[in-house]
Order: sequence, then structure tokens, then C-alpha cells
Amino acid sequence: MSKALLYDATMCIGCKQCEGACAQQNKLPYDDKVAAESVQSEHKYTVVMTKDDKFMRRLCMHCEHPACASVCPVGAFHKTKEGPVVYDVWKCIGCRYCMVACAFAQPKYEWGSLNPRVRKCVMCPDRVVAGKQTACAEICPTGATKFGDRDDLIKEAQGRIRDNPSNYQPRIYGLHEVGGTCVLILSSMNVEDYGYPASAKIGDTPMPEYTGRVMEKIPDFIPVWSLVLGGIYWISHRREEVAEAEAEEKKNGSAR
Amino acid sequence: MKIKLTFWKVVFLVIMAMGLYSTFVRYFHGLGAVSNMNDQFPWGLWIGFDCLCGVMLAAGGFCIVGAVYLFNVERLHSVVRPAVLTAFLGYLLFIVGLLFDLGRPWYIWHQLIYMNPHSVMFEVGMCVMAYTTVLFFEFLPNVLERFHLTTPIKWIKRVYPVLIILGILLSTLHQSSLGSLYLIMPSKLHPFWYTPALPFLFFGSAIAVGLAMTIFESTQSAKAFGRHLELPVLVNLGGALLVALWVNALLRFEDYFHRGLLGQIIKPSYEAYFLWLELTLAFLIPITMLSFKKVRLSPNGLYLASIFTVLGFITNRLNVSLTGFETYVGHHYVPKWTEFSVTLMIIAMGFALFGVAVKYLPIFPEEEHAVQRHLRPEAGSVVSTPVLGHAGD
Repeated sequence: MSKALLYDATMCIGCKQCEGACAQQNKLPYDDKVAAESVQSEHKYTVVMTKDDKFMRRLCMHCEHPACASVCPVGAFHKTKEGPVVYDVWKCIGCRYCMVACAFAQPKYEWGSLNPRVRKCVMCPDRVVAGKQTACAEICPTGATKFGDRDDLIKEAQGRIRDNPSNYQPRIYGLHEVGGTCVLILSSMNVEDYGYPASAKIGDTPMPEYTGRVMEKIPDFIPVWSLVLGGIYWISHRREEVAEAEAEEKKNGSAR
Repeated sequence: MKIKLTFWKVVFLVIMAMGLYSTFVRYFHGLGAVSNMNDQFPWGLWIGFDCLCGVMLAAGGFCIVGAVYLFNVERLHSVVRPAVLTAFLGYLLFIVGLLFDLGRPWYIWHQLIYMNPHSVMFEVGMCVMAYTTVLFFEFLPNVLERFHLTTPIKWIKRVYPVLIILGILLSTLHQSSLGSLYLIMPSKLHPFWYTPALPFLFFGSAIAVGLAMTIFESTQSAKAFGRHLELPVLVNLGGALLVALWVNALLRFEDYFHRGLLGQIIKPSYEAYFLWLELTLAFLIPITMLSFKKVRLSPNGLYLASIFTVLGFITNRLNVSLTGFETYVGHHYVPKWTEFSVTLMIIAMGFALFGVAVKYLPIFPEEEHAVQRHLRPEAGSVVSTPVLGHAGD
């Protein structure tokens, strides 16, 4: 059973306590200056954005079929069965393919470091495995960020929309996007206005399928193409061999 | 002549000095200090040019080897060695470029132990590693001949068919996979360049550029090393290039046609300007030029057409890797001068190493004939042994 986070923007009061708790959990600096930053970065995995009097939170979506994990040549990212998409810094060679591939542009890089790491929300995997909720969900005073089983949270989100249809856009962002994510968002606004990619643009197809369609053909392609190439080689050199054999025969014949 | 040589040496030294400074910045102050890459543009000039274009420019190796050894086109035999040399140097320099671009290049060997078979990058990495090894063995006879070591040459000749087929197989895989890298970014890459056909387009352009580069470097080295130009070879390559360009152009047209983009690509827009530039350089000019028999038969015409082709497809790959992301990101990426200087340094190293290799190794046919004479009978006997067996029956 996969765990997930439900963020309900209508309940968010913009207190940014989730930012602080996240920084503390990940041993990142957090002060007024960092709090004022409205973009995610290698030292700010989650951000609460303000527009008019509405708030919106951003963090890694923890896709059910993460692009970052599928593209990483050394498998530094992987999806745990509990839900979090985690990162193994030791394996990472720093190719940054994860950053280019992520539809939500979540992985950030330590550009100033001499041994840089990819940084993103990893959904507090230690806490989740231990049966606890994530730091951000635990500290949230209004329950705007809620931790739980993905299926339960989906039911709850559907219930909230049903009970209060005027309060919400009639959709759960993350339910089907890129094959589903473990961060689900409810909002009265278009999440796209806060920098989230449009659902229509990213689609419901799991990202790994785009490259998987090609990659899955390679094991068949290798023997077939080798045979074709070998065949061409054999045919195009056959004439030479025949000519040589004839010459040899003639020579042998005359020697006899 | 002497002044000209000194001039180029000065240029070389300036490029190397700037490159070394940038290398220092790269390894002592980090990627952020040396480049204009950032979280929005995690891949910059080094991926766009050094890697994507570098591998394409080195495609001449497998094109010519394929033509001569696979399809037995004997007429092109004299360009095999320079083409293999270019490819070998190209891949070595590609790896050098990678060492600049990777954030943690000291862990590059992780590729060999932590494998992720789902990753296109993994496949490219393994293929490039294997193909560089193949190229090393295809190149090795040059060195062995230089020191008159005929026995190891005999061993290599014996496995040559395997090397050739392996080399072409690996090239097919990674040349196309460089395009597949971008398949996972349908929402980011501009539709002018994002297409499910990317692997085919990358493979097709590699062949066209491989042929163009062979024309370019043959003419260039004829000029630089005062060799006589083998016009018939160039004419053959020019004809093949024209066909390759037509195939590429047709693929591009089909792709835009089936995705219903033909109306959009003719409307002026930021991306359209870059697309027009690319299509003009890669297709319009060289195809028009090569369609004239006079051009196809003239060394200068072929030389020019090959330069346009190369520039056109470089523009194409930079569009795929840089221009195509600008609308998504919302701002422009212009490489820092230190990024350019590293790229320039790598190119300069390529030219210098090519010059050194040509000077000390039997790369060009004049020297090759002498060696061929004492090699041919042995190589021939290897092939004809089984035939002889049958002949005796």
C-alpha cells in the first residue's frame, strides 16, 4: 500500500511551517531570508507560494512511475514500495538527466559544490518506513497537508469535492497525471497558475513509457541487426571468395 | 606559409590557455561558476555540442568502415584510415567532454557496476564505451605498422569482420539513442523538435554528417599536409551525401506532415527562425549545390557542400538540446565564455592530435600501399583457407 500526501490549498493559511519542518528534517538552513524565497532550490525542497490571498505548495510529486528513476543510468533514484522516490547520492555520477526528464522540474542541483548532489523532497523515507507521517504533514496546523494511504486520500479528496463543489476545481491534480503521483492536490484555483505543468500537456502516460517503447525493442534489435549485418558482409564478400577460389582452382589445376 | 603556420600555432596556444583557465574554474569552483547552466537549464553547451554533435561528427568512422568492409566498396578504401582516426579521436574527446560536464566525474565507473537497463543514458554510455574499445582495435594496426609488429596485426585482421559488425551495431544503437534521450521530455521540448521519430532522425543525420565530415577532412588534410586530392573518392562520397540528405529531408518532411505541423513551421516565430536556419543549412543549400553535376565534380564545391551540411546538422542538434527548451523554461540560455573555451579547447585538441597522428602514423594511402603489399597475402590466406579446403574436394 503506497503512502501519499494530500495538499488542500483551500485549507492552507500560508504559515510556511511545512517549509521550516522540511528544512529541519533535511538539515538545511532556514531563516527569514530562506522563508522569503518563493522558488525551490537545492536548499529549499518545498515552497509555499502566495498569489493574491491564495496559497499553493510545491514539492516532489513522487510519481507512481518516476521519470527520474527510469532515466538514471546508475539507478541513483528509485521508487520505494511505501511511495517515496528516494536518492542514493553514492551512486550518482552527476549527469543531470533526472533534472531534464522530470515533468515537474523537481530535482535541483548543487551548482556551487565541487562534489554536487541532486536535491529534492524524498518524502521523509525514514519516517514513512517507521510508520510515522512526513515532517511537513506532522507540523501542518490546519491539516492542509495530510499524510495517509494513497487510496484513502483519493477517496477523501473526492468526498471533499462532492461535499463542497463550489469550493474546489472539480479535479484532483496528481490522480492521473503522468500515470498518477503520490502527491495529490486540491485547489480552488488552477494549479497551472502556480507553475505546475498543465495536465493536458504532461498527459496521463507514465513518463518511462516514452523511452521504454524504444528501449524494450533493443534486446530483439541486437541479434536481428547483427544477423543482417553479418549477412550483408557474407554476401558482399562472397564474390571475392568465389573469384579467389576459382583462381586457386585454376592454379591447382595447372599445377596438377 | 611559415607565417600562417605560426599564426595557427598562436591561435592554438591561446585556445589552450583559455581552456586550461576554464578547466581550473570547472574543477576548483564548480559547474555553477564555469557555466550558465542552472536548475532550469541543467544541460548546456557541453551536452548540446560536445556530446550530441561530437558523436555525430565522429560518425564518419562507422559510415566509411560500413561502406568499405560491409558493402565492399573498394573505391573508398583510401579514406578508411583517416575516418577511423577521426572517429577514435572524436570518441576520446567526447569522453573528455563528459568529464567536464558530469557533476561527479570521479564516479563515472559507477556506470559499470550500478546498471539501470531502463535508462537510455545507460545504453548510450555502455555503447560508447564498447565502441571506443572497438575503434581502438580498428585504429591499433596504424600504430603496430609504424613499429613493424606484423604478428598482432594478423590477429586483429583475423577478428576484423567481428570488429566491423560490432562497431556498426554499436553505432546504430547509440547514434539513434542520443535522440531517444529526448523522448522522455514531450512536455518540455518544442514540438518542432520533439517527435517519436527522434532516434531515426538522429541516426539518419549521423550518416549524412559522417559522409560530409569525411569529405571535409579529406579536403582539409589535403590542404594542410600538401597531399594530392583523390577526387574520384570525393565524388563518390558527394553522391552518397546527396542521397543521404534527400533521405533525411524526406524523413523530416514526413514527420512534420504526419504530426500536422507543416502549417506551423512556415509561420514566423522564435523557434521557426531557428528551424529555418537549420533546414536551410542542412538541406536547402547542400542539396541544391550537389544537384549540379558541376558542383559534384569539383573539390571546392564538395568541400563547401560538406561544410554546410555539417553546420546545418550542428544547428539541428543545438536546436534539439538548447533552443527547443527556451519556451518551456521561459528564458534564454547563452553559454558562458568559459563553456565556449572548454569546447574550443577540446576541438583544438582534436585538430592537434589528428595532425600528430598523420605525421607519425601511416594514416594516408601513400604510406598504406607499402604496408598493404606485405599485408595482403597474409590477410588473403586467412580468408581463402576454407575455400581452399573445398577446392581440394
